[in-house]
Amino acid sequence: MNYLDLVQILDSTIRLSTPLLFACLAGLFSERSGVFDIGLEGKILISAFFSAAVAALTGSVWLGLGAGIAASVVFALIHGLASITFRGDQLISGVAINFLAAGMTVLIAQDWFAQGGRTPQLSGSARFSSIDLPFADALRDVPLLGPLYAEALSGHTILVYAGLLAVPLTWYVLFRTRFGLRLRAVGENPGAVDTAGVSVVRLRYAAVLICGVLCGMAGSYLATGLAASFTQNMSAGRGFIALAALIFAKWRPWYALGACLLFGLLQAISNRYSSIDLVVIEIPNAFVLALPYILTVVILAGFVGKATPPRAGGEPYVKER
Amino acid sequence: MTTMKTLLGAAATTALCAGAALAEPGLIIDLGGKFDKSFNESAYTGAQTWVEETDGDYMETELASEAQREQTMRRMADRGANPVVVLGFANGSTLEQVAPDYPDTNFVIVDMVVEQPNVQSVVFAEHEGSYLVGLMAAMASETGTVSFVGGMDVPLIRKFACGYAQGAKAANPDVTVIANMTGTTPSAWNDPVKGGELTKSQISQGSDVVYAAAGGTGVGVLQAAEDEGILAIGVDSNQNYLHPGTMLTSMVKRVDNAVYDAFKNAEAGELQTGIVVKDLSNDGVGVAMDEFNAELVSDEMMAAVEEAKAAIVAGELEVHDYTSDDSCPVLDF
Repeated sequence: MNYLDLVQILDSTIRLSTPLLFACLAGLFSERSGVFDIGLEGKILISAFFSAAVAALTGSVWLGLGAGIAASVVFALIHGLASITFRGDQLISGVAINFLAAGMTVLIAQDWFAQGGRTPQLSGSARFSSIDLPFADALRDVPLLGPLYAEALSGHTILVYAGLLAVPLTWYVLFRTRFGLRLRAVGENPGAVDTAGVSVVRLRYAAVLICGVLCGMAGSYLATGLAASFTQNMSAGRGFIALAALIFAKWRPWYALGACLLFGLLQAISNRYSSIDLVVIEIPNAFVLALPYILTVVILAGFVGKATPPRAGGEPYVKER
Repeated sequence: MTTMKTLLGAAATTALCAGAALAEPGLIIDLGGKFDKSFNESAYTGAQTWVEETDGDYMETELASEAQREQTMRRMADRGANPVVVLGFANGSTLEQVAPDYPDTNFVIVDMVVEQPNVQSVVFAEHEGSYLVGLMAAMASETGTVSFVGGMDVPLIRKFACGYAQGAKAANPDVTVIANMTGTTPSAWNDPVKGGELTKSQISQGSDVVYAAAGGTGVGVLQAAEDEGILAIGVDSNQNYLHPGTMLTSMVKRVDNAVYDAFKNAEAGELQTGIVVKDLSNDGVGVAMDEFNAELVSDEMMAAVEEAKAAIVAGELEVHDYTSDDSCPVLDF
């Protein structure tokens, strides 16, 4: 493996990490506020469908993005309604959302386009095209850093850069603003927040809404950036890998970036090499693909560090009567 | 108990009568979907051709999950469809169970051999068609590297890859062939995002012609090829129209003919059971040429393809079939 191979793998890593990163940050907001969300997968899927469908109908990818985010937010509100307002079980509501999205997308797609549950192929302005970062061509010949900048960092769609920017933004919002402090507090000890006269319900709804917006961007990137149409069940478990990444990252934004890049890197490596020859042993492809889950289990079992979820996570808040 | 028996008997008689009176053919579309622009769509096209020609009716259902295979097959036979056409190797073991229970119904299975007296097994010589597109790929490649994206990693798909690699090596002995499979579960037939990513990875390794044998995943492969400006080869259906200008050709597998023949022969009452082989000699597989790829295919390529085809049909050239001994002389998996 030479340096150029490495750069290409990193390029692929960034593409594959982006949907995970959006979904992981989405889960971060929701779970930090005390609302567990295993419906990330469903929200990605519904947003992928609506962004591809609206982009195909209008020819504008931006309208598609808007529709995707809107659909995802509606699903987030359903989750909020069930788990915050009606104090239902958050896991069950999440599972329901996953099933609803898996069935609904195909049904609507078949009704609108009659192409067997997929949307027409998108082209031109109905897709996100790649943008070159400034000076990418000029810097290409600089040794070492040149190719890294021009090949791996430059030439992605705008959503990739939005995803990377969302990390510091999330960190700032959660750890440097009053809203963030309250949001984290409501996930640890909602009683204390309530005593201070701040609405627990409103804070949790805000977190769930942000989660919807971020999932919407993940789905939109899948259908209009990475691929060029919606296909049945195209999220392919990314919402669950993002949950694994969230645990791996111990519910922290910068760690989330690291975890998503690591999981993306593992996918990129398994795409490129059918098996990895380490002289002594040969590691099969399937093992590399399973590593994200294995690593998460190791972390959860407490072998490496300790992942402590927000203390009030998973429990609906009931005011004392 | 006796009432039950009578009831069952009555139901069976009705079913038989209905079967004899209507005898509509039935088609079960497999996972991947009716409009996968590939394997299943080809079968659907064949059925539609039959409808247009005879003005007949046929029953059709689409599988939604792996678990529905047996139920769907039985229900279709119960409703009196004859013959029942099922698509894909994954139906093999199910049909083995179902067929003996319906001795008066004929079944047709595509891509798999099921040894039952009332089953017609249609198998294609995919390795021969893949050999021809491999020839064209190596001749069209400027970098000397061509690649293959498969769907689920099963012997059938390795058969495609192996034929392709043999063709490419025949045109250019120094050619490098990169082969990747999308996955090891049926979802690998329907993951265009991963298909596109695999293609981009192959392009970064120098490939400039990619051959997709991956069902719905192939849509992503062909899209990535157009985005990155390299040539692509489609599979099963003629996919040349999908991306004119970057589609070198398609390895067509006439599943439509298999379905059409089954319907037609059954109508005339002369459906043969046993194994039916569709290969180059009876145009069961082939290379798609139309107005969308005319500019990309040189006379030289056409001549090479015709020559190889003639040699294979005459038996002078034998393309190794992966499924015959589960190994490929020119490609490691």
